[in-house]
Amino acid sequence: MPLIENGRAVADRWVSLADDAALPAEGGVIVSFARWQAERDALLARSAPLGVRLPSTVSAGAVAPDLERFALVVVEFPKFRDGRGFTTARELRERWGYTGEIRAVGNIIADQYPLLVRCGVSTVEVPDGTDVETWARTLNTVTIAYQASVGEDEPLALLRRRVAAA
Amino acid sequence: MTYVHPRNHAGIYHYDELDRQFVRERVEQFRFQVERRLKGELSEDEFKPLRLMNGLYLQLHAYMLRIAIPYGTLASHQLRGLSEIARRYDKGYGHFTTRQNLQLNWIKLEDTPDILGKLAEIDMHAIQTSGNCVRNVTTDQFAGAAPDEVVDPRVYAEILRQWTTIHPEFTFLPRKFKIAISASGEADRAAVRVHDIGLVVKKNAEGETGFEVYVGGGLGRTPFIAPKTRGWLPEEDLIAYIEAVLRVYNQAGRRDNAFKARIKILVHETKLDKFIALVEDEFARIRGPKFRLDSAIVEAIRSHFAPPPFEELPPASDLAVRRRADDAAFDAWVRTNVRDHKAPGHASVTISLKPAGGVPGDISSEQMDAVADLADRHSFGEIRVTHEQNLVLAHVKQDDLYALWQALSAVGLATANAGLIGDIIACPGLDYCSLANARSIPIAQALSERFADPAKQAEIGDLKIKISGCINACGHHHVGAIGILGVDKKGEEFYQITVGGNAELDASIGDILGPALTADEAVDAVERIVDRYLERRQPGERFLATLARLGQAPFKETAYAAD
Repeated sequence: MPLIENGRAVADRWVSLADDAALPAEGGVIVSFARWQAERDALLARSAPLGVRLPSTVSAGAVAPDLERFALVVVEFPKFRDGRGFTTARELRERWGYTGEIRAVGNIIADQYPLLVRCGVSTVEVPDGTDVETWARTLNTVTIAYQASVGEDEPLALLRRRVAAA
Repeated sequence: MTYVHPRNHAGIYHYDELDRQFVRERVEQFRFQVERRLKGELSEDEFKPLRLMNGLYLQLHAYMLRIAIPYGTLASHQLRGLSEIARRYDKGYGHFTTRQNLQLNWIKLEDTPDILGKLAEIDMHAIQTSGNCVRNVTTDQFAGAAPDEVVDPRVYAEILRQWTTIHPEFTFLPRKFKIAISASGEADRAAVRVHDIGLVVKKNAEGETGFEVYVGGGLGRTPFIAPKTRGWLPEEDLIAYIEAVLRVYNQAGRRDNAFKARIKILVHETKLDKFIALVEDEFARIRGPKFRLDSAIVEAIRSHFAPPPFEELPPASDLAVRRRADDAAFDAWVRTNVRDHKAPGHASVTISLKPAGGVPGDISSEQMDAVADLADRHSFGEIRVTHEQNLVLAHVKQDDLYALWQALSAVGLATANAGLIGDIIACPGLDYCSLANARSIPIAQALSERFADPAKQAEIGDLKIKISGCINACGHHHVGAIGILGVDKKGEEFYQITVGGNAELDASIGDILGPALTADEAVDAVERIVDRYLERRQPGERFLATLARLGQAPFKETAYAAD
């Protein structure tokens, strides 16, 4: 499925691994949180980059002690109305200081894209056939915000601000 | 001296170019969403939360647009703009709600982006008036005017309005989220304990401003009076604490059942101590520079709500006193609809939208224009909407009261029943709403006609009737001294009566009196309950006190007495 970053389609260099699929020797793989817990040692024995996929029922704190081991954290949205992932992304950044890629996957609509970015999400996986132009446009429609986004760490000296352009 | 239009003193947050740009961009965003919906790029399922977050509901007969009136304050030009929109895009009237907003009931989807564009021209919008997000923050309709006020609550309502506007993390919460603020040292005119978060503004011994916080109140099918979660929250921590509550709720609130998704259920199921611990933990962690509410921000916002230039006047107006002595109807109106003001020689006036036989909260475009003109003439161009579905002119000179009363009488807006039994709260019910089980409006109309006699209303005194057309309780029936709930029994409309509810700081949920009745029976039963109260009360005793003293039995007995 296409991957969007900064409003553009980008290549996906990761392989998402089913829980029963064999672990390849080479290349970056994404495993489920359950598999990470079950096969931790085998996964860490590899030298290739590792990503973990968090269901919406698992909060950022569950992977916090191991974040340095992940080059990618995938946050799942089972339904676009389920907003837990916004908190998960923000906590990964603000609470646990995670600096790797955060990827949102699942049922997400274009109108949520600017909010995801403001919560610290780097990339979004979108369905095949998605008009990337629509996603790019949603990113730049509203340029004023009334609260800081992730990464804007100055003291709260003002409420309103311009959103950094994508 | 240069001329200053009265509305420049109106106690609203005055937009600057940045705020205007934001609202215009938001309109364009919605226009794009409507286009995508009409082209089929967005499914109705996907479009629904987007339109809801711009105030657009699909009702029984048409779309309804709910326009945000932040903490219920409007400037006169805004009310004229709303009147014009109602005339052009609706049927020439609007409906004020218990959330201090305005609803237009007959809207076309295709017109909505243009209506939002018109609203943007008067610095208004419909953002977050629906959807699973933080809704309009409500407060005391007498803010800035009431003698018992500790600090002006509009300042904090505006700060929270801004902070929660398209908050990136909290726009897809488990369910809707309502915040109310009260700042009276004595009363609660904002019903804070039936909100998701209720804030009471306080001053401590050192003269510092802070808040008492209640979390997890609400009505609906599982009513809860909010418990206190914090006795003192310093002003600078307001945003950090609200952020902490919302974060705990966004992570832990139930998403498996919409009827159990409000924060009141989370507080109840988690148990209060544990819930408080979760919030305090999060609060302790994020409290710090990033979320500290700088006093410079508070002062900048406060400057929007500076007191208007009141004339220096003697405490009581001789003219008003003489007119009251001469004109019994004026005197009756002053007694019910006029309140003391903190500035000598001034008063706050409630414009009742509850004429006998009328639809509670409804107002025509002509009446909106008339109120806007009167606000310019008598109240610094400012109008308030109350959660009891009335309007308020907060800052009227007592010398002007008679002229104002005459002008209101001429447009059918001088009903003398504020706070009395005729001042009924009712939801739109099955006349409009797709969720309703029964109509609310005809019951309100029948009751207000039944109790139309002003002398009888004055005799009854403080007794609030609140009517909801379904268990979602938009008409706040749980907290009515007499509450009426519409239910559906095999396709027929029936009404369940509760007694003993109260939305003030000592809030209580009413108890069901007995089996549901037909509409006619319910109206008769309410009248008999009131008559029984008049027979049995002790001198000066409110209905709630008589009920507490005697218990339900005498009221139940008369309510169900065979004719």
